[in-house]
Amino acid sequence: MAVNFVRPKIPKFTPDPWAIQFDQHGNLKHLLTIEGISPQWITRILDTAEGFVSVTDREVKKVPLLRGRTVVNLFFESSTRTRTTFELAAKRLSADVLNINLATSATKKGESLLDTLRNIQAMQADMFVVRHEQSGAPHFIAQHVEPHVSVINAGDGWHAHPTQALLDAFTVRRHKGDFAPLRIAIVGDVLHSRVARSQIHVFNSLNVGELRVIAPRTLIPQDIEHMGVRVFHDMRAGLRDVDVIIMLRLQRERMDAGLLPSEEEFYRLYGLTEEKLAWAKPDAIVMHPGPANRGVEIESRVADGPQSVILEQVSNGIGVRMAAMSLCMGRKGGES
Amino acid sequence: MKQTPANLGIDQDPVRHPEGCRPGMDCDTWLIENATLINPNDDKPRNGSVLLADGKIQAVGEINDHDCAAVPPEHRLDAEGLWLMPGIVDSWARLREPGLEHKANIATESAAAVCGGITTLCMPPDTDPILDTVAVARFIKRRAQLAGRARVVCIGAMTQQLDGELLSEMAALAEGGCVAISNAQTPFANLNLLRRALAYAATFDLQLVLEPTDPSLSARGCAHEGMVATRLGLPGIPVSAETAPLAQLIALLQEVDARVHINQVSSAAAVDMLRHAQNQGLKITAGVSIHHLWLTDMDTDALNPNTHVIPPLRTERDRAALRQGLADGVLSVIISDHQPHEPDAKLAPFAATEPGISGLNSLLPLAFKLVEDKILPQSTVLKALTTTPANIFGLDKTGRLEPGCRADLTLIDPDAMYQISEMPYFSAGENSPFLGWDFAHRVEKTWVSGRLVFNQADFD
Repeated sequence: MAVNFVRPKIPKFTPDPWAIQFDQHGNLKHLLTIEGISPQWITRILDTAEGFVSVTDREVKKVPLLRGRTVVNLFFESSTRTRTTFELAAKRLSADVLNINLATSATKKGESLLDTLRNIQAMQADMFVVRHEQSGAPHFIAQHVEPHVSVINAGDGWHAHPTQALLDAFTVRRHKGDFAPLRIAIVGDVLHSRVARSQIHVFNSLNVGELRVIAPRTLIPQDIEHMGVRVFHDMRAGLRDVDVIIMLRLQRERMDAGLLPSEEEFYRLYGLTEEKLAWAKPDAIVMHPGPANRGVEIESRVADGPQSVILEQVSNGIGVRMAAMSLCMGRKGGES
Repeated sequence: MKQTPANLGIDQDPVRHPEGCRPGMDCDTWLIENATLINPNDDKPRNGSVLLADGKIQAVGEINDHDCAAVPPEHRLDAEGLWLMPGIVDSWARLREPGLEHKANIATESAAAVCGGITTLCMPPDTDPILDTVAVARFIKRRAQLAGRARVVCIGAMTQQLDGELLSEMAALAEGGCVAISNAQTPFANLNLLRRALAYAATFDLQLVLEPTDPSLSARGCAHEGMVATRLGLPGIPVSAETAPLAQLIALLQEVDARVHINQVSSAAAVDMLRHAQNQGLKITAGVSIHHLWLTDMDTDALNPNTHVIPPLRTERDRAALRQGLADGVLSVIISDHQPHEPDAKLAPFAATEPGISGLNSLLPLAFKLVEDKILPQSTVLKALTTTPANIFGLDKTGRLEPGCRADLTLIDPDAMYQISEMPYFSAGENSPFLGWDFAHRVEKTWVSGRLVFNQADFD
């Protein structure tokens, strides 16, 4: 079933905000969001990643593409998994890596985002990998960095997490091949999820057959249908004939904010158990961007079961991030 | 009992004129000849002349030689092809003084105002210190006199420190020159306190200015809850953050007979509620900001921090309803909602920036663009900028082009093309989303109390 993807028009007096992702020759410069990145470019990143994933299977896992370049992981919000995979990806490209955890440091002392940025830029950085709790922060940083510096968004607020969405698309492609006949369901806290928003863009861009989101009304953002998804509130109906199930992480704060009564009720209605998994296609794969809350959104038997590809996502993440980094820096070596 | 606000400012206490002239003296007589006279109460523009003296409009139309014999030759102006209209009354403009002088001050903002054809500025009470005592009102008057440009009038605080709990001395504030009483954008602690504040203000027939917002519904939000905020991952502000408290206020007004002006609304639903309330005969008027008449949430799409405003820019459907509300008279005032900011306040990711648009310079050209693009009739727009706010805020003899009225006038070249960044006096805050727009209708000259306070020719 074809899905109509409606992209709101951009007013005539403002430039396309995401055009900043490309330089004047049309080459990828920053990766801030999937919006504005053509299906051809997405495919190119995924193809490049194929080459790098095979590198990570070799005994010597390094390629010298970014030798002498400095990648700075600027994490204004704490993260273990994403930061580690970005660090590994940069190291396998032979770049020098600097990890700066700003969740506890300068910005808490009142230093402005721009000052922090300029100070680190003065240390001759070539690329910033940014995670920030404000939506649009990497876009703001990309507008203010020196021309030779690239910015990769490692998650901003509720807005975007493009490398996560790319690695999910990569994983789906490896398992399912063509996107056109697929039904994909994203389940859980869509409202607060940057991952879900980027996944919606990437799968729609790759012309997936049907994209669904499943959650109670409190966790579905207003007008999400306009991003090209079908909204379901019932798991049984939502999972019917689905090829890929993506579970989202549910944070405990949601209960305090009156969005949900309890973890137990959420698990009973929306938690992915073996019983509910059976409502999807028999060969459906189960994905999760991590870290998973077992017993809240997913049952251990499913997370560790034969249909789960959760750990594969993590290892694919390194190859996809290597591809994104090398393409943003104008190095195409990994392309197979 | 209606208190007539004693004006402590530009009316009685002469402002310093650049050349040392004072009102009532010969050099403040002006004869503006052959202008196209734009009278808000008259649909048809007429050609004619206007004689100014003693801070007032002395004669309009045909003027005999005897009356203008005292006008010195350099004050006789041939205004052929130019439009003469009453100066704009902007009923909600933050000038940032006292308290936030790093953003702007009364001198810079009143200069920007007259450069944009605005001759009266009403200043909301959320200054620092809060405008809840006559002393602060007097300070503002004094600063405005020293600046010597626009007339600045104060809107006093409804509660002490704007805390929404303890009533301010509203009667004293009105006697001290405040033209209205408001709680700005701060909510009341509970409905009972709001009801009592309405009743107390009604005792003295004070004009109230309220802006309904529910802090729990708008919490953390920075954009209209809808398609654009969803895509950008911005926390949304639902329409109910405006309509729910408006419904409560209307319910209270059915019991308490207070005079309330809703400073601005942003949604179609609020316009419908106001229409219904007005049809029931409640004394409720309402305004709208000029940027809500032009921009929608689509303009936030580019994450331009200059489109971050509270209440947020809503959908195209809401914008159409706001325009229709003006056409129908449900909304009767257009404000600039001027909020100048220093550059640092806008140098951050969208949600982390301070909300507000610097609006004094763009109010007049955007308003005339509504007429030029045939969105609204000229008389509707002009009344909403001059006569109606003057009536609501009890500003006598203001906002009209009639003999005996204040000589607050502005002369416009309807054909001059310009961008607001070229204006000689710009607000200290450059946070405007309209900087790149092309406009016609450039202000050539502005008079306040019969004194020429802005002359474009000095800068050409």
